[in-house]
Amino acid sequence: MARAAVPGRLTGRLAWRTARLVEAREETPTARTLVLDVSGWPGHLPGQHVDVRLTAEDGYSTQRSYSIASAAQGDRIELTVQRVPAGEVSPYLVEGLSPGYPVELRGPVGGWFVWRTTDTAPVLLVAGGSGIVPLMAMVRARRAAGSRVPFRLIYSARTKNDVFYAEELRKRVRDDAGLDVAYVFTREEHGRRINVNDISTAGWPADFQPDCFVCGPTGFVETVADILVALGNEPRRVKTERFGPTGA
Amino acid sequence: MGIVSPGFQGKPRSAAVTLPPGQYLTEDFPVLSAGPTPRIQLDQWEFVITTEAGVKHRWSWAELLELPSETPTVDLHCVTKWSKLGTTWRGVALDSLFEQVDTAADFALAHSYGGYTTNLPLEDLLDGQAWLVYEYEGEELGAEHGGPVRLLVPHLYLWKSAKWVNGIQLLVQDEPGFWESAGYHDYGDPWREQRYQGD
Repeated sequence: MARAAVPGRLTGRLAWRTARLVEAREETPTARTLVLDVSGWPGHLPGQHVDVRLTAEDGYSTQRSYSIASAAQGDRIELTVQRVPAGEVSPYLVEGLSPGYPVELRGPVGGWFVWRTTDTAPVLLVAGGSGIVPLMAMVRARRAAGSRVPFRLIYSARTKNDVFYAEELRKRVRDDAGLDVAYVFTREEHGRRINVNDISTAGWPADFQPDCFVCGPTGFVETVADILVALGNEPRRVKTERFGPTGA
Repeated sequence: MGIVSPGFQGKPRSAAVTLPPGQYLTEDFPVLSAGPTPRIQLDQWEFVITTEAGVKHRWSWAELLELPSETPTVDLHCVTKWSKLGTTWRGVALDSLFEQVDTAADFALAHSYGGYTTNLPLEDLLDGQAWLVYEYEGEELGAEHGGPVRLLVPHLYLWKSAKWVNGIQLLVQDEPGFWESAGYHDYGDPWREQRYQGD
């Protein structure tokens, strides 16, 4: 992994902005997409995230990071939040936040796990569960830019009912030339975890030098990144974003 | 005070634990890495301090283990918001390594297998504030957490504690590392919430 090639370092402080919920879309019974209006939003690259700060009436506040699901589009950004059992913030964002309610956020943050519409290498996206969120932003940005860069997405979910953006992904595959999507279901009948065969069949040959983006729970990302390197991909072309606990 | 989100309550308040601003407590040990986990053979592992004059000081795995070890118990604060308290490690204080290093540099750039870098003031690596660690909670340090050897600088955000560390380059002028080039803070003090450039 070389020094992140980010043009210009950030200057000035990333300010907290007030975002208001415009609408929410249910993705699965335990996840929903929040459409937020953020006045003065500076725009973002697909793959970047925001810090969200929630404050209670007694002044207590806490923060979490969430990937942005949408391509840059004016003052609107979308976050898709998976409810974490016994979580402190996600249950409120999935069930408590109503249209018109404010949350504070700042960003965009992160200059490494990003895809730029000027990039020309073929792209492999590998998502585990809610790891689809920043990768969907890349799929959407590709479409918004009219890019013809070949994209392949491998999306591992527990069951068909756990797939985010299912209808939109069907449309994207139908309408977006050069986008392929393959699914791996871990809890369906004959379900199994992602393996080297999935990656070599639905991914790109390493000698195409694809840019690989892998996002999901830690164990999933470790497995997929190891497979990609074993298949001959250069480690610096395999960008990862992990979330959730490990056994350690 | 921030803007109130109606109906948000948060977890039960506890006065027992004071965390840096914006952090929450976790019992897990999440992993944050930008790329694949490097797998390093111990017989090929080495650690190199390179001075501003270009002088190199090298340690093999066996030589590292010969140095006196310490078992610091420290709190960890990750810029992604989680904090984990009371973690115990085993490793060598960087003071032990720097005993034989002659330098007038003010800055350090830590290098890792896989190409990761992070910058710190040299003084933050000395005086019992930083270690090269190879055990976590009595077990060999796993590769996903930076094994065989990672840097541990617990008074700064955890991205400064470079995983898979293999060297320190001493510099007269500060030079941003991997995340620092991507907008993260050059110093990263969690108690001053120095997450991003400009904080």
